Amino acid sequence: METTSKQFTVSVYTENNIGLLNRISAIFQRRHINIESINSSVSEIENVSKWTIVVNLTEEQMKKIIGQIEKQVEVIKAYYHTEEEIVYQESCIFKMKSDLLFNEQQIQNIIIDNNARIVTVNKQFFVLEKSGRKEEIELLYRELSGFGIMQFTRSGRIAVSKEEMKISKILEAINY
Amino acid sequence: METKTIQKQQKTQPQTERLSGSEAIIKCLLAEGVKTLYGYPGGAIMPVYDELYKCQDQIHHVLTRHEQGATHAAQGYARISGEVGVAIATSGPGATNLITGIADAQIDSTPMVCITGQVASHLLGSDAFQETDIVGISTPVTKWNHQITKASEIPEVMAKAFYIARSGRPGPVLIDITKDAQFEEFDFSYKKCTGVRSYKAIPETDKNALSAAAELINNAKKPMVVWGQGVILGKAEAAFKAFIEKAGIPAAWTILGVSAIPTEHPLNVGMVGMHGNYAPNVLTNECDVLIAIGMRFDDRVTGNLATYAKQAKIIHFEIDPAEVDKNVKTDVAVLGDAKVSLKAILPLIHKKSHNVWKRAFDDLYAIEYEKVIKNDLHPTKEGLTMGEVMKEINIQSKGEAAIVSDVGQHQMIACRYANFNQSKSNITSGGLGTMGFGLPAAIGAKMAAPDREVVCICGDGGYQMTIQELGTIFQQKAAVKIVVLNNEFLGMVRQWQQLFFDKRYASTEMTNPDFVAIAKGYHLNARRVTKRDELAEAVQEMMQSKEAYFLEVCVEKEDNVFPMIPTGASVSDIRLS
Repeated sequence: METTSKQFTVSVYTENNIGLLNRISAIFQRRHINIESINSSVSEIENVSKWTIVVNLTEEQMKKIIGQIEKQVEVIKAYYHTEEEIVYQESCIFKMKSDLLFNEQQIQNIIIDNNARIVTVNKQFFVLEKSGRKEEIELLYRELSGFGIMQFTRSGRIAVSKEEMKISKILEAINY
Repeated sequence: METKTIQKQQKTQPQTERLSGSEAIIKCLLAEGVKTLYGYPGGAIMPVYDELYKCQDQIHHVLTRHEQGATHAAQGYARISGEVGVAIATSGPGATNLITGIADAQIDSTPMVCITGQVASHLLGSDAFQETDIVGISTPVTKWNHQITKASEIPEVMAKAFYIARSGRPGPVLIDITKDAQFEEFDFSYKKCTGVRSYKAIPETDKNALSAAAELINNAKKPMVVWGQGVILGKAEAAFKAFIEKAGIPAAWTILGVSAIPTEHPLNVGMVGMHGNYAPNVLTNECDVLIAIGMRFDDRVTGNLATYAKQAKIIHFEIDPAEVDKNVKTDVAVLGDAKVSLKAILPLIHKKSHNVWKRAFDDLYAIEYEKVIKNDLHPTKEGLTMGEVMKEINIQSKGEAAIVSDVGQHQMIACRYANFNQSKSNITSGGLGTMGFGLPAAIGAKMAAPDREVVCICGDGGYQMTIQELGTIFQQKAAVKIVVLNNEFLGMVRQWQQLFFDKRYASTEMTNPDFVAIAKGYHLNARRVTKRDELAEAVQEMMQSKEAYFLEVCVEKEDNVFPMIPTGASVSDIRLS
């Protein structure tokens, strides 16, 4: 078992209930582990929520935490994955002065080269959106930061696993 | 066709009746077989108390003197009976006062349902009078919790609460009910919960794991069992006894596991852990196969994990998958219900006796007896020892009493020396170490098992944390026998200060009140013993009393509990002095 920390992406399938965020985040808080990002949404199964949590820890810690997450009554199943085992995306939004768009030729090139998308433009500002891997977003941020960013925000990671996660089969097996 | 469908619907649709939320709560409790509950009224739970008033002939509400007492009483009730304990309180401070008991029940796997009143739903989040986010506060210390804001949710949520509290690895559940939901009327019908789709109460036992475990056990030369409360919670006592007897394996217990088999059983080799017996601690590091059954390798059991049973193959019988490999890496994990697993492995086990190996335990016991036990039970010095009080209780109880202890030196002495013939007889706060647990837990235990003798052993410190429950004992006429072993110190902390802090007794000396006068103030029979020649007769008087009885025994002030594994030391480095 490795003792060095690395980044894991956790997928948790749960019932959609009030208070579950508190219950799951408490598992990390109690062990003094920082959550890098957390996202909750509907999943491929009706009435089942899917959480995507990114954390840095050792694999041994990760396994124990998966056990603690699965122990929660309203959790159907939890998995952890390394970077290689998933396909993931993150999304980000920049707000920048509109003048830049017309006066700085480079900005246009950055937008095109980075596959970013202009969401809206008005007299004062324009909004740029980009989805991609973490490094791609970081690259775009670095390229734009020299021009002055008015606002920046980045979403939590969302991910799908390359291997199958057999949630439907688990739910079928529990036939209530 | 149409009429047929209607007929069918009528058949399958459960009968409903128009009830208020608070009436429904009582109906749910009755449907779950609750006969006694412990609590304290207040504004946000008043509609439920009004219903309790009307249903006094069906359900007995016990007014404790503090909400913490209600939870511990419910725990005592649950621990001795195996049923779900129920505590009820109002919102705000009533609810927060439940937290210690809930945390205790969580770490000691005690089935408990707590019901709290909450401000009306339109006031939620407005900082209303006595509003507190009890669902948020209780989340990390409950197996499950839920807030009800509509009366129609009550039957399903209550059914789920009881199911979750008692199934699998038991634990506490808190249900918070807004006051408007208590008043609201709806069409009530009740259906017991038999499953929750996201929750697997008991994992399946793997046949391969069973045969791998059996092979290790059959080939072992020096096997040892350490069992915990899982044997009791799983009602696996008989299966457990059959297993160790057939395999001929010496078996040691954790503090919550004791009483699953009789103290005098020839294979019972005593307690493991910090103040456990010498032999099982030392031999943990000499056995070749360690079979853990329904226990969780708590740090007070294992000492330093880096040197814990490293030479042994580890087999772990466990209901909670999250406990496997949590602290100690297992070679074979047998998941599942202890009774099912132990019954299933029995035919795979060869009949054996490990007489030479067992003698190693006897030899070390002889050393412990000479250095520790003899002086505890048959002291020659002037001061009274806690151990000799336990010896006298054993003589009188003949091992039939349930012993409820608080937390500290007296607890270790009580657990080490009490004799038990029956299961579910040692009720103590193990994982959380909650001072103040003893007295209210004893009330719950006595009320759940009125025909049994219940002896509460307290120290002078913990006793004063919930001393107000003497009022509950008096009002309920609960015939609890209370023994305070008074050394005028917070003895366990003082022991550590003596051993590890150069005798700097920071805030551990107690200037105590007249405990006998206080007990008499609550109209209890009470007596103080200061000399050895009074002890046997006083214990006899207490045990023969038909009513509650308070006995204060003034013991040696600075006695220590040994053996002892200092924090961070290995189990085999256990100290005898």
